[in-house]
Amino acid sequence: MDSIMDFIYLHRELVMGLVKICAVLAVLLPMVAYSVLAERKISAFIQDRVGPNRVALPLLGSVPVLGPFLTRLGIWQPLADGLKSFLKEDFTPNYVRKAYFWLAPAIALIPAFMTMAVIPFGSYIGTEKMVIADLNVGILYTFGIVSLGVYGLVLAGYAANSKYPFLGGIRSSAQMISYEIAMGMSVIPVFMLVGDLNLGKVIQHQSGGLFSWIIFQQPVAFFIFMVAAFAETNRLPFDLPESETELVGGYHTEYSSMKFALFFMGEYSNMIASSAMMVTLFLGGWTLPWFGLNANAPAEGGLWIGIAHIGIFLAKVLVLMSIFIWVRWMLPRFRYDQLMDLGWRRFIPIALANIVITAVILYLKHAP
Amino acid sequence: MNNARNNLTTVKRTELTFLEKLYVPTLWSGLKVTFRHFWNTLFRGKVVTMEYPEQKWTVPEGYRGAPYLVKDTEDRTKCVSCQLCEFVCPPKAIRITPPGPAVDPTTGNVEKRPKEFEINMLRCIFCGFCQEVCPEEAIFLQKDYSLTGVSRSEMIYDKEKLLALGGVHRGPIMKWKQKADEARKQDAFKPE
Repeated sequence: MDSIMDFIYLHRELVMGLVKICAVLAVLLPMVAYSVLAERKISAFIQDRVGPNRVALPLLGSVPVLGPFLTRLGIWQPLADGLKSFLKEDFTPNYVRKAYFWLAPAIALIPAFMTMAVIPFGSYIGTEKMVIADLNVGILYTFGIVSLGVYGLVLAGYAANSKYPFLGGIRSSAQMISYEIAMGMSVIPVFMLVGDLNLGKVIQHQSGGLFSWIIFQQPVAFFIFMVAAFAETNRLPFDLPESETELVGGYHTEYSSMKFALFFMGEYSNMIASSAMMVTLFLGGWTLPWFGLNANAPAEGGLWIGIAHIGIFLAKVLVLMSIFIWVRWMLPRFRYDQLMDLGWRRFIPIALANIVITAVILYLKHAP
Repeated sequence: MNNARNNLTTVKRTELTFLEKLYVPTLWSGLKVTFRHFWNTLFRGKVVTMEYPEQKWTVPEGYRGAPYLVKDTEDRTKCVSCQLCEFVCPPKAIRITPPGPAVDPTTGNVEKRPKEFEINMLRCIFCGFCQEVCPEEAIFLQKDYSLTGVSRSEMIYDKEKLLALGGVHRGPIMKWKQKADEARKQDAFKPE
C-alpha cells in the first residue's frame, strides 16, 4: 500500500495525467454518442418530424411517467446504435488495399481525441489545473494535430480502391488545405491581443467581463474561424467529402460495422473539439462574467466552483454544437469551385486584412 | 413571325445590393425559418408525420386496397367462377378451381360457384383489373393495405378467408332473387 502511495507521490504528474485522460474520455465518448442523438432529434424537429422515440430499456421503460418520457426523448437510442455497430458484419471488400483500409478509421479518430489534450476545460480542482497538457504552444499543437485528421479521410478514399471514396478523399484533401490556412490566419489576431500561445492565458485574457471575450473584439476572426471549422469537420454546407447525394457517402462508402462507426465518432469528436476550441479562443472558455465565476477556483473550498467551471465550459460547447446542427438544415451544400473560391479568394484576404488592422490598432494603442 | 418577335419582353435582372451580396441577411432569414419549425414542432406539437402502428390514416373512398370476394344480401357467394379475373390478372395472382356444387343446399344458389378461389397476396399488385372485369360484381378492391404474414403459404388467401374479409355487397340489383324464386317454385311444383 505504501509503495503505491509512494509511486503516486513520486509520479504525480503521470498519475494525474492518466486520471484526467480517463475523465475526459469518460465525458467525451458519451458526448459523441449523445450528439448523434441530438443531431437526429434536432434535425427531426426542424423538419417537423418526431425523431427516434422507440428504444426502451426493459425496467426503466416501465417506470410510470419517466419511462415513456425518456423513451420518447430517444435517450436510449445511442445504446442501441452502439450495440448495432458492434454486432454488424465487418465486411472488407476483397479489392481494397487492406493495410490502409484498416489504418484509416484509426487515423481519422485519434487526432480528434488528441486535440482535447490542450484544451483547458476548467480552472482548478484542488491544486490540479483542469487541462491534460498545459502546453505553451497549445494552438500550434492543435493545428498540427487537426491537420493530421485529413490523412484518415484521404487514406480511406485511397484504400477503398473505388471511385466514389476516391473522389471524396480528393475533395477532402483540397478542402482541408484551403481552409486550414484561413483558419490559422484567423486566430493570429487573437494571439496578438493575448500575447501568448498558451490557451490558459487566452482564457485569463477574457476573464474581465462579458466584453473582454474575444468574440466582441474580433468578430471577423470568429466568423472566419467558425466557417473554417465547419469545413474542417466536414459539416454542411461544406460536407463535400461525404456528400451522400453525389458520392454515396464519400470516403466511408466501403466501410461497415465498427470501422464506419469510428469515422462517425471521429466526425463528431472533431465537432466537439472545434467547438471547444471556439469556446476557448473566443467565448471566454470556462469563465462566466457573473457571480465571480471568472476567477480561478481557490485551492481550499473551491471544489464546487471548479466543477461549475467545467459545467460552464460544457454548456458553451453544447450551445456551439447545436449551432453546428442548426446550420446544417439551413444552407445547401456548396459546389466545389464555390468552396475553393470562398476559401482562397474571400477568407484568406479578409483574415490577412484583419491581422494588419489589428496590428495597426495595437501599435497605435501602445505607441508611446 | 415578325409580330411575335416585336412582342418579346426583356426581363430586367436587378443588380444585387451590397447587403444581398454579403449573403448574411439571407443566412439570417434561413436561420429564422429553421428555428421557427424547430420551436413549433418541439413546443407546439405541430408534427406532420404520423406514428404508424399507433396512429393510422383514414382510407379514402375508392381506395384500391386488397381484392376480396363479396357475398350478396342473401348470403350467396356472388362469384360464378367464370375465371375472367384469373385470365386478366397481370401478375397471375388469382387461381380458381371450377366448378363447385351447382346448388348450395343452405342458400339455394342458382349458379355455379368456385370450388376454390385463391389470391396470392404476395403477387397481387392491387391493379383492380379483377374488379373491373368481373361481370357479377363479386370481387372488390377494399381498404386493406397492410397485409402481413410469417410465411409465404399464409399469404395465399383461400375462398373462406376472402369471403370472410370481403363481407356483404349491398347492390341494388338482386340478380338471382327471381331465378331463385323460380327454382324454388319449380321444386315445389307437384303435377296433379
